[in-house]
Amino acid sequence: MIVLEQLLNGVQFGVTLFLMSAGLTLIFGIMGVINLAHGSLYMIGAYAAALVAAYTGSFGLALLGGLAAAATSGVVIEFVVVRRLYDRDHLDQVLATFALILIINQSASMLFGRQPLFVSMPAMLSGSVTLLPGLVYPVYRLIVIGLGLLVAAGLFLLINYTRVGMLVRAGATHRQMVRALGVNVRWLYTVVFGLGALLAGLAGIIAGPITSVQVGMGEQILILAFVVVVIGGLGSVRGAFFGALIAGIVDTLSRAFLPMMFRQLMDGSNADALASGWCC
Amino acid sequence: MTSDSLETRTLKQASPILTLRGVVIAALVVALLALPALAKVFNSPAAVGLATQVLIYAIAAMSLNLILGYGGMVAFGHAAFFGLGGYAVGILYQHSADNTAFLGFVSGTDSLMVAVVAAMLVGALAAAAIGSLSLRTSGVPFIMITLAFAQMVFFLFVSLKAYGGDDGLMMRRRDILPFINARDDTAYYYICVGLAACWFVFTALIVRSRFGFVLSGLRQNERRMIAIGIAPYRYRLVAFIVAGAGAGLAGALMANYLRFVSPDMMHWSKSGELMMMVILGGAGTLAGPLLGAATMVLLETVLAAQTENWQLYLGCILLAIVMLTRGGLAALFNRLPGGRS
Repeated sequence: MIVLEQLLNGVQFGVTLFLMSAGLTLIFGIMGVINLAHGSLYMIGAYAAALVAAYTGSFGLALLGGLAAAATSGVVIEFVVVRRLYDRDHLDQVLATFALILIINQSASMLFGRQPLFVSMPAMLSGSVTLLPGLVYPVYRLIVIGLGLLVAAGLFLLINYTRVGMLVRAGATHRQMVRALGVNVRWLYTVVFGLGALLAGLAGIIAGPITSVQVGMGEQILILAFVVVVIGGLGSVRGAFFGALIAGIVDTLSRAFLPMMFRQLMDGSNADALASGWCC
Repeated sequence: MTSDSLETRTLKQASPILTLRGVVIAALVVALLALPALAKVFNSPAAVGLATQVLIYAIAAMSLNLILGYGGMVAFGHAAFFGLGGYAVGILYQHSADNTAFLGFVSGTDSLMVAVVAAMLVGALAAAAIGSLSLRTSGVPFIMITLAFAQMVFFLFVSLKAYGGDDGLMMRRRDILPFINARDDTAYYYICVGLAACWFVFTALIVRSRFGFVLSGLRQNERRMIAIGIAPYRYRLVAFIVAGAGAGLAGALMANYLRFVSPDMMHWSKSGELMMMVILGGAGTLAGPLLGAATMVLLETVLAAQTENWQLYLGCILLAIVMLTRGGLAALFNRLPGGRS
């Protein structure tokens, strides 16, 4: 039963990772830009939702507010900084987006302070439900899993069955050819970046009640998102989906069960220390 | 240029030192050597410590520049070797203080020469291990794999309670040298100046040798180099190992300077900082890492003294430098008259 519960936790984490890495893989695959500031967009979504929730008390408004903030920040960042990075070396992109991380993180800590914010779950979503006899699981996490799968399905439809999706797939395969065929690539890039920012913001909003909202929350998940992008293949959203599920499940299961397994081999505190080092 | 007479040509060749660029370089060298005296005159005791940190980071940045700037390998895990060098020194010191033996047979030492050589060896061996696996990939997977290895090393040392774990390892005294008192800050500064100069000359020799040309060629067009008949893997691996040794050297010096080693020295943000120094100063140039290290350390110190939100201003300055200069600070320096065109 614990295994099933942790498996579901893993799927939930994987779904959050997918939201982050889908945007990242699209941005890298289509535009060729390594965007280290993606984690900051995650953080902006979380903070905006927390702010709106604190003012209005409504989770729906907080969701909309967070999404709007993340999407606008994405478009602004693209317009001001990223647009000039398309022709530059990967090294310059890394440096510029790293500088953006510093700026955004410090601005957030100037506005909100360094203490982590705790966002309370909306009342009707808290509580647990009995899935199987003996397996009680929080409703909120189930909703997160459902939402993530819904977004994955939506992305699949968007990329495979719409004109914009066709341009995205073409751009991921051969950017130069898309430009040569007369497509307005500037607009396409802005749309893709905005979409990636929206997904990252959504990930931040739904992760807010589960983990606390603090400066630097984006960097931790960003590294894992990069790993997922590499596992899944650059530019492939389907690869990001399966890679994210694998990474999420492996990460959660090892976090849950490695200390126990190490305890069989060595004594208590060493086992805990080694296990926590191993699976972070 | 083409219609120079013999006289003007020899005149131009005869005075390369008197050009503006030569004067600037000479002034910098003199300033470096005279820094402790100048610090006493201007009554700023922190200057020597700051300069020592700049030199140590410059060694680490120069080693990263070899693989990043000249070799074109974007290694996001370089701080692992930096931290391993520091931990080598710290662990050896702890074992010599306790009179125990590391792994049962390696006795501790508090001699600076032995510790530094051990740190360089550890850095080189780790680079050999990590590089032999990572260099089979390239591009973004290479970045991720080196990052992953560095994270593994980081979390290994976080979880090693025997050597401090998360809290880090303190050294009560610096390692000793036979004739020089390394515990004196000024003497340690000159040791760092000497080692940085040695590493600079070593890097310059490598870069201007046939090995260096092959490395640059592999960065520029790997397919052509393979067609010529050069196996890329071994050249890159050797460069990676040399870079690891350099980072180990820098780590050992930093551990002795701070008398403290912690897993923070191998965190990915430290790797990012080293990359910043290389890119900011100008990747692929000899002076770039020095300029970059000096700029980053000075910016951080000066800004942190002014305001608590110094990271904001650091970020803005970095962004401006990246957007406005192509090739980093060394490119600006190269525009001074007197260089080879």
